[in-house]
Amino acid sequence: MGKNGASHSGSHVVGAPLPRIDGYAKVTGAAIFADDMALPRMLFGKLLRSPHAHARILSIDYARALRIPGVVAIAIGSDLPIRYGILPSAQDETVFAIDKVRYVGEPVAGIVAEDELTAQTAAALVDIRYEVLPSVMSIDAALLDVDGNGEKIHPDSRRDNNVHKEVHLTFGDLDAGFADATRIFDDEYFFEGNTHAALEEHSAVASCGADGKLTLWSSTQTPHYLHRVASAVLELPASRIRIIAPPVGGGFGGKTEPVAHELAAAYFSRKTGRPVKFTLSREEVFYTHRGRHPVRIHLRTGIRADGSISACRVQTWLDGGAYGSYGVATTYYTGALLPVTYKMGAYAFDGCRVYTNKPPCGPKRGHGTTQPRYAFESQLDEIAKELGLDAGAYRAAIAIDPYSRTVNHLRVTSCGLREALSAVSERTGFSDKHGKLAPGRGIGLAASAYLCGAGLPIYWNPMPHSGAIVKVDRGGGVTIFCGTSDCGQGSQNMLAVIVAEALGVDVLDVSVCSGDTDLTPVDLGSYSSRVTFMAGNAARSAALDVRERIAVVAGAELGIAPERCAFENGRVFDRKNPDRALSFIDAARATEARFGTLAGVGSYTPPADLHGDFKGSGVGPSPAYSYSACVAEVEVDFETGEVRVERIVLAHDCGRALNPRIVEGQIEGSAYMGMGEALMEESAFRNDLHRIPNLLDYKTPTILDTPRIDAIVIETKELEGPYGAKEAGEGPLNPVIPAIANAVADAIGRRIYATPITPERVLQALDGTAGPLRLRAPIAMKTT
Amino acid sequence: MLRLPAFEFQPARSVDEAVTLLGEHGDDALPVAGGTDLYANMKLGLFAPRVVVGLRSITALRSIRFDPQHGLRIGALCSLDAIVREPAVAEHYPALAQAAAMVGTPEIRNMGTIGGNLCLETRCNYFNQSAEWRKAMGYCLKRDGNLCRVALHSDTCKAINASDTAPVMHAYDARLSLVGPRGERTVNIREFYQNDGAHANVKRADEILTEIALPLPARGTRSSYRKLRLRKAFDFPLLGVAVAVATDAGGSCTQARIVLNAVGSAPLEVEAAGAILLGTHLGEEIAADAAEEVFKAGKPLENANASLLYRKRMLRVIAQRTLEDVIAPLR
Amino acid sequence: MSIAPSKILATLRVNGRDATLAFHPHATLLEVLREELRLTGTKHGCELGQCGACTVIVDGTPVLSCLTLAAEAIGRSVETVEGLAVDGTLHPVQRAFLELGAAQCGYCTPGFLNAAVHLLEKNLEPSEAEIRDALAGHLCRCTGYTKIVEAVALAGRRMRASIDG
Repeated sequence: MGKNGASHSGSHVVGAPLPRIDGYAKVTGAAIFADDMALPRMLFGKLLRSPHAHARILSIDYARALRIPGVVAIAIGSDLPIRYGILPSAQDETVFAIDKVRYVGEPVAGIVAEDELTAQTAAALVDIRYEVLPSVMSIDAALLDVDGNGEKIHPDSRRDNNVHKEVHLTFGDLDAGFADATRIFDDEYFFEGNTHAALEEHSAVASCGADGKLTLWSSTQTPHYLHRVASAVLELPASRIRIIAPPVGGGFGGKTEPVAHELAAAYFSRKTGRPVKFTLSREEVFYTHRGRHPVRIHLRTGIRADGSISACRVQTWLDGGAYGSYGVATTYYTGALLPVTYKMGAYAFDGCRVYTNKPPCGPKRGHGTTQPRYAFESQLDEIAKELGLDAGAYRAAIAIDPYSRTVNHLRVTSCGLREALSAVSERTGFSDKHGKLAPGRGIGLAASAYLCGAGLPIYWNPMPHSGAIVKVDRGGGVTIFCGTSDCGQGSQNMLAVIVAEALGVDVLDVSVCSGDTDLTPVDLGSYSSRVTFMAGNAARSAALDVRERIAVVAGAELGIAPERCAFENGRVFDRKNPDRALSFIDAARATEARFGTLAGVGSYTPPADLHGDFKGSGVGPSPAYSYSACVAEVEVDFETGEVRVERIVLAHDCGRALNPRIVEGQIEGSAYMGMGEALMEESAFRNDLHRIPNLLDYKTPTILDTPRIDAIVIETKELEGPYGAKEAGEGPLNPVIPAIANAVADAIGRRIYATPITPERVLQALDGTAGPLRLRAPIAMKTT
Repeated sequence: MLRLPAFEFQPARSVDEAVTLLGEHGDDALPVAGGTDLYANMKLGLFAPRVVVGLRSITALRSIRFDPQHGLRIGALCSLDAIVREPAVAEHYPALAQAAAMVGTPEIRNMGTIGGNLCLETRCNYFNQSAEWRKAMGYCLKRDGNLCRVALHSDTCKAINASDTAPVMHAYDARLSLVGPRGERTVNIREFYQNDGAHANVKRADEILTEIALPLPARGTRSSYRKLRLRKAFDFPLLGVAVAVATDAGGSCTQARIVLNAVGSAPLEVEAAGAILLGTHLGEEIAADAAEEVFKAGKPLENANASLLYRKRMLRVIAQRTLEDVIAPLR
Repeated sequence: MSIAPSKILATLRVNGRDATLAFHPHATLLEVLREELRLTGTKHGCELGQCGACTVIVDGTPVLSCLTLAAEAIGRSVETVEGLAVDGTLHPVQRAFLELGAAQCGYCTPGFLNAAVHLLEKNLEPSEAEIRDALAGHLCRCTGYTKIVEAVALAGRRMRASIDG
């Protein structure tokens, strides 16, 4: 026990608000993030990026740059020609652009030098000639057929326009559903794109040994996927590549897919035989992006006389930026999860993702579900108002039931939606305030649901989604090996808590070795809120594997059946006579003596019956869903249009809270991030360029803009979750944005149909110069 | 990470030494005080001096002296934080304390100096960007180009004065001391700024700003500063309004200055607005009339993080509110 | 590189210890702390003074190390996150951040800690508004600032109690 440590052992660990085990290193500056690494003879890299949104590369001449003293190597597209992409269906990127560039900021060449300043200086001397092509900067422009003057962003696509993906799904009899409706609500919304802006700028360090074995440290949320892509792009067997994910300084989805600088670091290290570091500047992080898609949403909802939803049709158009990224999944997600929250008679979804000449969009916290959730919860507010119903009570009345199936065939298990709704209503006195506050003051409510991990992996394979090894040392120390990446959400601690609980040991006697493809079994990564559920289950089953063996040996020593062995407080004892006991260390040693090396393995594969059987059914299913509800209170300045959020109350059903303090932290962070998206964050473009690629102009809320946040942890028992746990990392964000939008509508008596709700938009709404978005005739989507 | 381009650093221990160094190196040198503006701009490739002359060690320029006869003298190297905490400022020049407290962040105010804030490089969406970004957009009149991207037909740069303290200093009728190789000269703040974003003040390359003198405000002076911004920290003003009014014993307005920033390359005194207030008993209606003049006078352009229409509209609102700050205590 | 002026040989006082080293005149304090002294606890999120992650204490005042030259820190006392714990015992602010979960990804944490310690050195009983004002120059994307504010208040209470006691 160190002097700062907090002791807690099994059966007291789960549910205890303990300090996170990696917190010690984080409050002392001892945690080593990727950019903190320095290796002997290390070179520094810089990416040279495109100044054009859409252009053909005519020639690249880097002889002059190569002559700068200190420059060691330069590479361009043809040096690394293999295409890659996170999804098997979208292998459309190369490390450096080949033949053409598709957005301002796309990497065109890489330079490594003895120091970063030299690399930066040399980059300006690379001579590249371009033939500029007309750019496509909006959804509307991308939907048009490309005429003679233009060129498709991806010329090899089979379409005549810049559409990337279309999805059309119908569940139930939609026409009958609308015919059954007494009221039909038809609205269009626009959700602006925004970005993660994690405080840590992406960084990667690669080191290639003389044996040809490459080690790559990267601030990545998905070491396994980086492993696969690096192997393919570098044409190096995966067995010769070791990916290590050090602590990640915030991810939020922004570090979930392999990107150029990581692969460039690996390439240059192989080429030069020296360690190479690439750390992006903040501006480059904005270009790397993979952030929230801008989405236009058309929502048509039929309501029966009793308020129930007879039919709902969602159409979404996603501005995907220049490459595929996770975009096919994002497209499905804009339709997949609305029915997980509410019962519907029939449901149809049409999604369409387009390419534009902007940095590629991808997954951000809430991945694709955030935008339609904003629209749907906004419309639900209008529906409740029309029906004269309380916004919270109405949602509770149409809420999905636990242990049911959604209209789109998804399996729902535990569900704390009604509890969450009543918790936020009661805490805020919502019903007494909504519609009754003084002008300029408003209160709004919204709810949502989210995945606990995608039910299917990104690339099809029959293997587990997560694996873990638990090893017990002769000194009683327990080490977990698991391929997870901790980006601040607390996965290290989650694994330690689960294993400490299973083995009855002090949580500080547990070490976690994570995100190292040489040492740890695969975990697919920190995305889709999957880690607690999947890696947690894998770690638990690995710990139980060890425990079973110890119980056999300890049971024999204690003269009892193995099942009667209990594990708590560093002891193994007779459940019926707790005084008969062995220390955990003695029990572990005896077990090693009997069975050999004491290590257990576990893995987790989601059940197969989570979804229906149709094309596209793979996106949306999850072994469990989390539920959230939020109430926001705002004050609107009628003269300036400024919205001040006074309070956010956010309740989240996370199953069992393995560490309530960490769950609260996830809820509070979600409230904050949702507020930023609702009010100020936006990926803005002007003349083909990102207009504000820096942290001064891209507005993230400061501590003075962030209100009091009340996090309410709703506990349900999720039978399939590790110790009953579900996710908490992403779900709580989703209701925050519509709750604020609804609060603003309550405050000003008008609805704003787009995000972010800037002061200018508020004034336009008050002036009546911006009402509902003009409904365009639904664009005829062409089927693939 | 983003790094500074290479340069020689020459710390000066005295004003003379600083001026000598600047004179020696001519256009190759730039002075630096707090560094929060210059170093950030240098990292973006906006300036690449061969020599940077450090002023920080000139302790003589760090004093604040208040004298009830003559007013306030502030050494140019006083940190913005020191000004916020100075009791004489809070008592006699409250708008200066307000403005200084609204600059950037606590760390920026610890580092940034009053001299630096008054000499703040003008700002523009097309200027405060990296070399790569500006190359991609096309360079602008203020740096490396010959076209103002905000006003395509303008032959002067339209970058904006975003100093929070400048309009307040103007409202207090500040005089600035500039020291160069030919000695010291004093200019009124009205003459210090010029409405050209590329040449925003009259300080010569070999001069440094040493002191700001504020006359004692007339009896019964009230002052206030408000700024429009999207976040409550970090942000430069999208619009700022400084007001100083004086009234006689009978409550009649004897002096009124209303000065804007962030709507042009120099602070803009709206004299027509002041004229409306003179001789009146300040009240809400007359404030509205003055705010109307402010609205007419301010001409923001599309070069900050809110549309020009919004900033234009906010002129009236912020002006009205700032005027009410100084009127309310009278009622 | 030929363009770089020669390095300065100087002594920097960091966390109470003198370190003599050579660095470029244009090297920022951030770069020298991280790359020469290997004090990597000081982070960077923008290098332009727009996030606060690189905040260190110079002569008792929080400053941005990304916009301070190392050369300007000669003869001044520099304190970084590595100097907060004494003989392995966490500073009360560190302990409160740890216990309440005010550090999630931990990347902005060193900057916040320095600003918070500075605040409590002046004021052991800060109001919530005073805490927020003192920390206004620091962006955090993980916590929503809630537990950070609570942790600073808790540390202040404990520091008061230890003085009173």
